[in-house]
Amino acid sequence: MQLTVNGTTHEVDVEDDMPLLWVLRDVLGITGVKYGCGIAQCGACTVHIDGVAERSCQIAAADLDGPVTTIEGLGTPDALHAVQQAWIEHQVAQCGYCQSGQIMNAAAFLAETPDPTDDDIDDAMSGNLCRCGTYPRIRAAVKSAAASLRGA
Amino acid sequence: MSRLGTIARRTFLIGSVAIAGGVAFGVYMARRPHPNPLAAGLAEGEATFNPWVKIDADGITLITPHSDVGQGVRHMQAMLIAEEMDLDPGQFTTDFGPPDPAYWNRAFSEEGAPFMSRDDSWGAETARTVVGYVVKIFGIQATGGSTAVADSFDKLREAGAVARETLKLAAAQRSGVPVANLTTAGAAVTLPDGTQIAYTDLAAEAAALDPVTDVTLRDPSEWRLIGKPQRRLDIVEKSTGTATYGIDLALDGMVHATVRFNPRQGGALNGYDASAAEAMRGVQKILPVTNGVAVIADNTWRAFQAADAIEYDWAEAPYPAEQDDHWAALSASFTEDRLDDEWRHEGDVPAALAAADPIEAEYRAPYVAHAPLEPLNALILVTDARVDIWAGHQIPRTVEDMVAGITGHDVADVHFHNQYAGGSFGHRLEFENIRYAAEIGAQMKDTPVKLTFSREEDFAHDYPRQIAMARGAGAVTDGAVTTYDLSIASPSPIASQMPRAGFPAPPGPDMQIVAGAWNMPYKIDNLRVRAYRAPELAPVSSWRSVGASHAGFFAEGFLDELIHAAGRDPLEARIGMCDYDVARKVLEAVGEMSNWGSELGAGRGRGVAFVSSFGTPTAEVVEVTATEDGIKIDRVFVAADVGRVVDPVNFENHVQGAVVWGLGHAMNCEITYADGMAEQSNYDWHEAMRLYQCPEIVVRGLENQPKIRGIGEPPVPPAAPALANAIFAATGQRLREMPFNKFVEFV
Ligand code: FES
Ligand code: FES
Repeated sequence: MQLTVNGTTHEVDVEDDMPLLWVLRDVLGITGVKYGCGIAQCGACTVHIDGVAERSCQIAAADLDGPVTTIEGLGTPDALHAVQQAWIEHQVAQCGYCQSGQIMNAAAFLAETPDPTDDDIDDAMSGNLCRCGTYPRIRAAVKSAAASLRGA
Repeated sequence: MSRLGTIARRTFLIGSVAIAGGVAFGVYMARRPHPNPLAAGLAEGEATFNPWVKIDADGITLITPHSDVGQGVRHMQAMLIAEEMDLDPGQFTTDFGPPDPAYWNRAFSEEGAPFMSRDDSWGAETARTVVGYVVKIFGIQATGGSTAVADSFDKLREAGAVARETLKLAAAQRSGVPVANLTTAGAAVTLPDGTQIAYTDLAAEAAALDPVTDVTLRDPSEWRLIGKPQRRLDIVEKSTGTATYGIDLALDGMVHATVRFNPRQGGALNGYDASAAEAMRGVQKILPVTNGVAVIADNTWRAFQAADAIEYDWAEAPYPAEQDDHWAALSASFTEDRLDDEWRHEGDVPAALAAADPIEAEYRAPYVAHAPLEPLNALILVTDARVDIWAGHQIPRTVEDMVAGITGHDVADVHFHNQYAGGSFGHRLEFENIRYAAEIGAQMKDTPVKLTFSREEDFAHDYPRQIAMARGAGAVTDGAVTTYDLSIASPSPIASQMPRAGFPAPPGPDMQIVAGAWNMPYKIDNLRVRAYRAPELAPVSSWRSVGASHAGFFAEGFLDELIHAAGRDPLEARIGMCDYDVARKVLEAVGEMSNWGSELGAGRGRGVAFVSSFGTPTAEVVEVTATEDGIKIDRVFVAADVGRVVDPVNFENHVQGAVVWGLGHAMNCEITYADGMAEQSNYDWHEAMRLYQCPEIVVRGLENQPKIRGIGEPPVPPAAPALANAIFAATGQRLREMPFNKFVEFV
């Protein structure tokens, strides 16, 4: 089957039910996307499919119906996305393992909700676990990113 | 036993450990430094001045041997060296370095000696010195016990200063300008005429010099980095998905593995049927491993699927199969023969209780999992000549010893490459990923194998926090707490953990059973704290803040009950009883921060708790509202005294994370056993805090105490009792057992 990730099209030979997460990580070697739980509980595996935040551990390869963007495709150290910029400014990360998923989730959320209330942020970001407890900084970074995206 | 007698006995115990452990080699050996491991592999023109700095014409490398499990110690260690060496971020690279005795942890002596951290008596300091000898002689390199800053603060600044002065000497020899007329800045030596000579340019000449060891450390007023907000060295990579964790590594020709071993931990595998798994796509091998099997496949998911398809016949657990029996064992442990130690007894508690109508209560703390977000993993390559293993781990030298023991290599031929870890909270002090990777690697010679645990397998072998139970009795007289008696029973986390690391369980009592309780800084007429050692039940391990995570809850929850019975204000009463200046200031600070005493309104409440763990006195105030949908945690205020805040940004992040950790697990987490297995296998049943429940958390670091202390763990213990006390203030309901959601709803 074919899939497009970060603008590049790949041909892969995998089972229909192999989760996108593992196609990305183990078949294509794209490791910014993380395995945390495998059962839609943690959000570490969040990617965009056609711009929508999805849990790649829950998307079977055969069900993939759009281009995939991973954290590597959102922005790079030399060309940061506004959400990544805010994450750096607020120094959100501790271990950082959840943060790819947090950032991908926040980016998709802000694209839909440019001027979120505190409750909107709580609702949108509560599916992503952070075992290190960086939530206060995630909240602050989402607000900064929203402001900078609106200003941009 | 008298206090002096107790101290003498404890000192003796420490002394006998030390003698058994090597102080018999003599003070000479204990004083002698370990050789610099960087000296061995130096190339032409490369210089090293000590185990932390290496420099050549191409660049400067700082060795940061403490393991970075998310707490930011790679940054912290590099900054301490850079401060004295006059380096700016971007002018050096870092490396976790080779595991080596030279990186022994100086700060382990602080908590390793069974004295209150505030105790600076001769006996306490002698015991610390002796423990330090043992740690040094054995070259114990480990990250844990909130020691990284304490271990590094002087040592790494000295390392930086030695490098700086040696480079200045090289510049003096080249230029003919006396050292006294040279300065340094921006990774270069500056001559009086303003000419700069880059350190890298001086490396070859400095390599020929004996390091200058008579150095003066900078006065704090000159610090450029320490105490200032800093940008963590890893923040860009951890915000762009470019940080590499153990689980992300790959080598050419690598295969993927997973393991399944008896979820009745320690039990055998009687037999298995892998016929279906063997036929599955991508499956290459099914290998026997201790108490289980490993599946080798061409990707992780296929290995997971095949492991699921195997039928296993697991033997019984070597501990009680049902949770109720674990509690029953604790309940039965408050006996004379299970008394581990009477840690404190002032006044005459039995007489005071006999004369009063005592207030009594029983408290419980469940097993809780560490469950860091990156599941256990390790990459290994075993050849006839050597073994290389890559993973995030907190005890690097023990990793090498253990691998050597399994593969049969000489330990000198085993090379551990430490990695960023996606959290630990104590989990990466255990060795299951290492052990099983080695067992697999030994059967897969010349092929790189990456072992990844499924989340479920990781939960099944989490080695959770110990369960514990407390019985409190106390009395109040004329508006004062006059008698306080706390007995705590739990299995010893240290006795369970140490043998798995290949160390004998230390003799003597386990301070962790009462950590955070026996050292409460209160003067009460009759005060007793006793530890009872329950039999070993399910295997347990150090969980962020270890014993203080249960004992702090018991101590401060029960104290709150007595203060309430005395009709006193919870904060005023604590401050009034406090007999340790540093602790009192912490309590006063949190009172001021939270505007304690101001009106909160109906349905709202405030709770306070103070616990000193790992030498860091920490007080927290929690504010809650009882809403129609349940308890909502509004705000938390934290004051902690670490002697010196090295990086205020990371300090705040850490404290907030620790509060989230303490509250989240107190609210809704427990591991329970049924049929010998943990019933919770993923985050859906062990959720802790999510963002919508996270309160505002206001943090203040104080710098009144004389020693430098850590902050990774100390904010955890006060969180649970402060929350329980706040819920009592808001609702009148006393919570004496975690998780609290068994008794109240949370929004
Ligand atoms: S790995 Fe997909 S939600 Fe956790
Ligand atoms: S930063 Fe460690 S899990 Fe979020």
